[in-house]
Amino acid sequence: MAVTNKKLVINTKWCKGCGVCAAFCPKGVLALKGEKIQAVNPDACIKCGMCEKRCPDYAIYLEEVQ
Amino acid sequence: MPSKLIDKYFREDHLPHIWCPGCGHGVLMRDVAQAVENIGLDKDKVVLVSGIGCSSRAAGYMDFNTMHTTHGRALAFATGIKMARPELEVICIMGDGDASAIGGNHLIHAARRNIGITAIVFNNDIYGMTGGQYSPTTPYGEKGTTAPYGNIDRPFDIAKVAEAAGATYTARGTAFDAVRTTKLIEDGIRHKGFSVIECASICPTYYGRKNKKGSAVDMYTWQKENSIPVEKAKTMSPEELKGKLVVGKLSEDDFPELTEQYQAIIDRVRK
Amino acid sequence: MGKVKLMQGNEACVEGALYAGCRFYAGYPITPSTEIAEGCAVRMPQVGGHFIQMEDEIASCAAAIGASAAGVKSMTATSGPGFSLKQENLGYACLTEVPFVLVDVQRAGPSTGLPTSPSQGDVMQAKWGTHGDHPIIAIAPSTVEECFRLCVRAFNLSEKYRTPVIFLMDEIVGHLREGIEIPEDGELPIVNRAIPADPASAGHAYATKEGQTVPVMAPFGMGQRYNITGLIHADDGFPTNSTDIADSQVKRLIRKIDDNLDDILSWEEKDLDDADVCVVCFGGTARSVYSAVETLRNEGVKVGVFRPITVWPFPAEEMRRIAGKVKKIIVAEHNDGQMLLEVQRVTGLYDKIGFVGKVNGTVITPEEIVKAVKEG
Repeated sequence: MAVTNKKLVINTKWCKGCGVCAAFCPKGVLALKGEKIQAVNPDACIKCGMCEKRCPDYAIYLEEVQ
Repeated sequence: MPSKLIDKYFREDHLPHIWCPGCGHGVLMRDVAQAVENIGLDKDKVVLVSGIGCSSRAAGYMDFNTMHTTHGRALAFATGIKMARPELEVICIMGDGDASAIGGNHLIHAARRNIGITAIVFNNDIYGMTGGQYSPTTPYGEKGTTAPYGNIDRPFDIAKVAEAAGATYTARGTAFDAVRTTKLIEDGIRHKGFSVIECASICPTYYGRKNKKGSAVDMYTWQKENSIPVEKAKTMSPEELKGKLVVGKLSEDDFPELTEQYQAIIDRVRK
Repeated sequence: MGKVKLMQGNEACVEGALYAGCRFYAGYPITPSTEIAEGCAVRMPQVGGHFIQMEDEIASCAAAIGASAAGVKSMTATSGPGFSLKQENLGYACLTEVPFVLVDVQRAGPSTGLPTSPSQGDVMQAKWGTHGDHPIIAIAPSTVEECFRLCVRAFNLSEKYRTPVIFLMDEIVGHLREGIEIPEDGELPIVNRAIPADPASAGHAYATKEGQTVPVMAPFGMGQRYNITGLIHADDGFPTNSTDIADSQVKRLIRKIDDNLDDILSWEEKDLDDADVCVVCFGGTARSVYSAVETLRNEGVKVGVFRPITVWPFPAEEMRRIAGKVKKIIVAEHNDGQMLLEVQRVTGLYDKIGFVGKVNGTVITPEEIVKAVKEG
């Protein structure tokens, strides 16, 4: 079985800067920079995926990588 | 490139959607897609019907057979679709004013008939598209542009209204609790009769500003802190539950579904 | 030759709809159209179709349009105040190009009016009742036989042009009983809407080929997965604020009808070759007119009849041609002068046009028409 991993992807074009993903991120991975979200602390990410589920604009998600 | 879920269920060339930053509707629309994915429905056989208002724009974004109808009438159009072609999976997305004010009559009668339609109400307690007028679910005392001195109407509990009218599955979720809400929508679609899932959304732009509820983050935090699972709510007094959102499956029964009953009539008279 | 059966106009409308392939009816009880709902409640399941009594007139119209979007020919029927309530979704069907037949068995108004009494007071509402510029086809039967045959035609035109068709009956023809010949299967042509050969790769639902005005799209469930909206939309079915697209789409809707008048228009002419006087009438009133003309002809009065069957679009060219030949036109209709306005408008002749009308809920008698013709 192939080893799978997940990668955090941010689509800044769709991000409207509401800050919801950052506010509820359990590990402080995300922060608003200007009016867009950024992964400021990516190593802390536990890939829980709640940012993807809570983003109203589908601008952040976990991508499966081989 | 968006996520696999968005790629599969959305018309990407129409995204990003028109909803305001932080709006709960985007989260709820994703929950609907996730629920359909979890069940594994064939997109060609899903019909999504909406009315008019912020919520109704969902129909344009989702990659199903979609019908953006007239204000309040989504369930009436959906009834025709489901009755004529019972094999189609018919889902309605409506707003609170759409479903319970101008469409209130259609809501209670769809419930009474127990037709196999899934009604999902994006309830943000306000008319957003027209700029913040109070709706049938605006809490008592809260403000809208047409309730500048505070709302003196008592609000509807949409899930309760639907249950009383005969809906055989009712549930309430929140935009904050995407996992629970997705499951409730999924169960509502799987349910054979008429199901109503009231989804507490947030409107930071109009409801939030008008009523000093803070940012979108503040409003989601309120949902997080004031949601009471239905099992826990059973142990609480009405006073303790005041101002809280009881979430989870609220009611379910197994009265026969309308189109199946009609098929039995067809089979009987054609013998 | 088919079987001859005695039936009521409302019943004939039901049988005509079934003959045309209608398999869905949604309605709400209202006099004098209720027999259509009752008839469909009995007949629909017998032919594998569906009947539903909705919570109101608005919902009935919506359900009929929904069923048609799912590919099932559908109908709703109403009268009086119910016709007013249908107007919201009638406009939706015009813009979204979902075919269906809306039957209006006219009764005396305004408001609740005289619920059991005849009238033809909805002529202008049929044309202009829903808001915004839009095309409409309205067909008025004068006999029970026509309630059957023209109902088939109403469905055919609706399917062909993807537009709602109003079947503009009235209490006189709705409640009249006559013997009619039921056409054999295959005797009358049946038109079904055009559907793309491969819906999944058919592309934009509202696109029209060069020189065509009617889009070809698959019903829901066949894999085309398009969007229907009551907002002004582009070829792809999605809302647009483009003024150019709004202009071209609304004008295309209107051209759908205006460019095909040769196919759509129908009327009847009687005894007009040598006529000095032409009586213009439609629907139930024509029955009194034909009787009056017979009486007058026996007395040597040169009088004939022009009867628009498509009330909308109005047969304007024909009306002008006839107006140029006769000395006098008399419009006889069961209202205070609605088709009269159209006859005046299209001919531009005001002095030459007389009028016989009624708003008290009683029928216009042959004697009243005889008198009007004689008095000139």
